[in-house]
Amino acid sequence: MDENDLNVLVEGTVRYFESSVDRAAAVGTPYLLTERGQAVLSDYTGLIGVSGARRGCIYFTAPSAMLRHILLSHGETEIDGRYMADVVGEVANIISGNARRVFGHDFAISVPDVFSGRPEAGKLRLGERSFVIPINWRQYRAALVVSLAA
Amino acid sequence: MPAVAANTNLKLLVVDDSQFARNRIQRALALRSVRKVIVASNGVEALAVFQREQPQLVTMDLTMPELDGIGATTEMVRLQPSVRILVVSALADKATAIEALKRGANGFLLKPFTDAQLNDALTLMMRALPHG
Repeated sequence: MDENDLNVLVEGTVRYFESSVDRAAAVGTPYLLTERGQAVLSDYTGLIGVSGARRGCIYFTAPSAMLRHILLSHGETEIDGRYMADVVGEVANIISGNARRVFGHDFAISVPDVFSGRPEAGKLRLGERSFVIPINWRQYRAALVVSLAA
Repeated sequence: MPAVAANTNLKLLVVDDSQFARNRIQRALALRSVRKVIVASNGVEALAVFQREQPQLVTMDLTMPELDGIGATTEMVRLQPSVRILVVSALADKATAIEALKRGANGFLLKPFTDAQLNDALTLMMRALPHG
């Protein structure tokens, strides 16, 4: 994964928040996870498996307060943990799926696998080079984590 | 499936594995001619609902468990060639859109979308309905 690949996902994240919620997000400078296995995780995580020309995973992780705020901004009123897990998966799906505009059809993505807190053992396998894209939306901090190998 | 006398009494089937996405489509919908909206959360469920409810319009996600949107689209068109299917997906590559159209979908709307984009796309679908 090179800088151009990472930029595709950064731009996709910016575009998602610009077009989907009532306020744009500030996307910070991506950084490399220095310790393998030290995943950045918030309250809810939507994990997308990637296969094809690029292999690995992409996940979006966010605090419950942020997901609740996103749902409220869309007019939802009955919000529970299951619904927050649903929306975190949908955000991960949209950002990853939109990346096919550049990566092409061979960037095969799975349906979202969602979890709260820590994942079950073996569910989240990060590669040697995993990048964190910090996302600040309103007062909340979320992240898109990209772990892809060519 | 009954013929459509006019575009004023339509059923829309919304197929998506995300509740958020299904609700998003239902909330954005501003077409008076759509009388009833029904939902399904994967391709298998969608086919069962499709045969029971006989909707004239369908919005179809692609990446779903059980049976994906391409498979469900193919089967729906086989069952009822006059159905109008709008694929609503995050998959942004041209090959996916072309494949969906080859399998019988009538349009492709990329997620995320605005309310106006959804309504415009569905309006185009409705114009192509029999007696529309």
